[in-house]
Amino acid sequence: MKKYPFTEKKDTRSGFGDGMTELGKTNPNVVALCADLTPSLKLNDFENQNPERFFQIGIAEANMISIAAGMTIGGKIPFTATFANFSTGRVYDQIRQSVAYSDKNVKICASHAGLTLGEDGATHQILEDIGLMKMLPGMTVINPCDYNQTKAATIAIADHKGPVYLRFGRPALPVFTAPDQKFEIGKAWMVNEGKDVTIIATGHMVWEAILAGEKLAELGIDAEIINIHTIKPLDEEAILKSVGKTGCVVTAEEHNILGGLGESVARVLASNLPTPIEFVAVQDTFGESGTPDQLMEKYGLKDRHIVEAVQRVIKKKK
Amino acid sequence: MSEYTELKKVASQVRRDIVRMVHGAKGGHPGGALGCTDLLVLLYFKLMKHDKNFKMDGIGEDIFYLSNGHISAVLYSVLARSGYFPVAELATHRKINSRLQGHPTPHSHLPGVRMASGSLGQGLSVGCGTAQAKKLNKDDRFVYVLMGDGEQQEGQVWEAAMYAPHTKLDNLIGFVDYNGQQIDGPCDKVMSLGDLGAKYKAFGWNVLSCDGHDFAELEKTILKAQANKGTGVPTMILMKSEMGAGVDYMMGSHKWHGTAPNDAELASALTQLLETSGDY
Repeated sequence: MKKYPFTEKKDTRSGFGDGMTELGKTNPNVVALCADLTPSLKLNDFENQNPERFFQIGIAEANMISIAAGMTIGGKIPFTATFANFSTGRVYDQIRQSVAYSDKNVKICASHAGLTLGEDGATHQILEDIGLMKMLPGMTVINPCDYNQTKAATIAIADHKGPVYLRFGRPALPVFTAPDQKFEIGKAWMVNEGKDVTIIATGHMVWEAILAGEKLAELGIDAEIINIHTIKPLDEEAILKSVGKTGCVVTAEEHNILGGLGESVARVLASNLPTPIEFVAVQDTFGESGTPDQLMEKYGLKDRHIVEAVQRVIKKKK
Repeated sequence: MSEYTELKKVASQVRRDIVRMVHGAKGGHPGGALGCTDLLVLLYFKLMKHDKNFKMDGIGEDIFYLSNGHISAVLYSVLARSGYFPVAELATHRKINSRLQGHPTPHSHLPGVRMASGSLGQGLSVGCGTAQAKKLNKDDRFVYVLMGDGEQQEGQVWEAAMYAPHTKLDNLIGFVDYNGQQIDGPCDKVMSLGDLGAKYKAFGWNVLSCDGHDFAELEKTILKAQANKGTGVPTMILMKSEMGAGVDYMMGSHKWHGTAPNDAELASALTQLLETSGDY
């Protein structure tokens, strides 16, 4: 198992904020819109350095999405910023009509996704956002795994023409990917090569998958781990290549089992290479208040749950 | 000969297009389209700076958004008659494989359409965004947004109503097509709009009103709204209109909001509307 040493823990939302600060310096067309959550989204530096390109919308997310769509007429590249719940479910129709169906170059940037938002509870812990966004034609859906990757993804999507949903979160997690990485939209990232099982993880779950891989190695199981930071378009080639080798799959995501990464992977496999699969995800329930760690444990999203899923799926291998 | 003789001719042809399009598609929304014909003709044929060689970003141009997308027939006719695409294409409205979708969209790559509309309440926000982009670009042209009166029942309209004065979008000019009718009946029976002008005033807008079928009054009102630029205050124009204007049996009722005329009704409508620049 490849080692992923880390020296610090940081939140992925800071990766977004720092990516925006850099875009503020390098891309004059980038504008940021925020719905009264500027510190939470780490946009203070962007705001201070580019006051004329920062738009405080107030608590009016529907207005924010449609304003962003309108700003593309004039050549701007709007990045909207609020919590994942208010970035998707609350404004689905605005995104559908004014952004996706209108083919607008809007970047919907969503923090505090999933259970790891923690104590605020289920009203804010959206676990359906990946599904909502991936169903929209033309929408790119990205869920990076750590601070460095979120920063790189933020910078990369400014150069991608078309609507993007960028999902990140609140907790401080190990920073284990390279600071100078080139982020390629739609390209899977091989975390560890192995032969017994393929673990396909996205977002915060990539770190859990690494921890699981270490435990599995101790049990004599050689896991291949793939970071799918881009859920749509999905790197089907990388998935099929890996699964062709290992013969079984576990997917891992901080999202409802319905509509997320797991279902996308299952579709690819069912169509091309039917393979035993297990899903580490939230089991079609809402979350609740608690610390991120308590919630990940209670809802079955820790490294040990990935290990157990691997043990189950290996038994199903022919 | 009145100053507006030419515009009246265009409007007559546009109204013919509308009733023929809706008849041809056996569906659509003739009432509101006819009611807004004079406004769109005045904007596209006199007041707006716009380029039929369509560029999506519209930099240096006036921008018009149709928020009440169901009256697409009037927009399509005006765009075609302005040269954005061949008038013959109007015959494809609402039909399979057409760029002229039931509700307008740039997704079908129809020149002249920058934003999809149909789900109501979003256009004023979109207009705020474009007005903001124009300010950033130091582009001194205007952004016009047309909404329905029933559409004022959508909450998002009021989010935009709060935003535009706060951000001093005096290059934004909104219109409410104030015909008093919506699908289920008179607006004031379905969900009372109350004193709409007072509401926009309370939100910080410059509120004007005018007759939507009197070119001179419409133009004077829009010029007044334009002259408000520099004050930091956006303008909302309550445009009193008649649903179905120009076709006697369609006027004064919500019945023709979303109904197509049959063959006899079409024939009757066409006798009331002069063919001035050739039917498609």
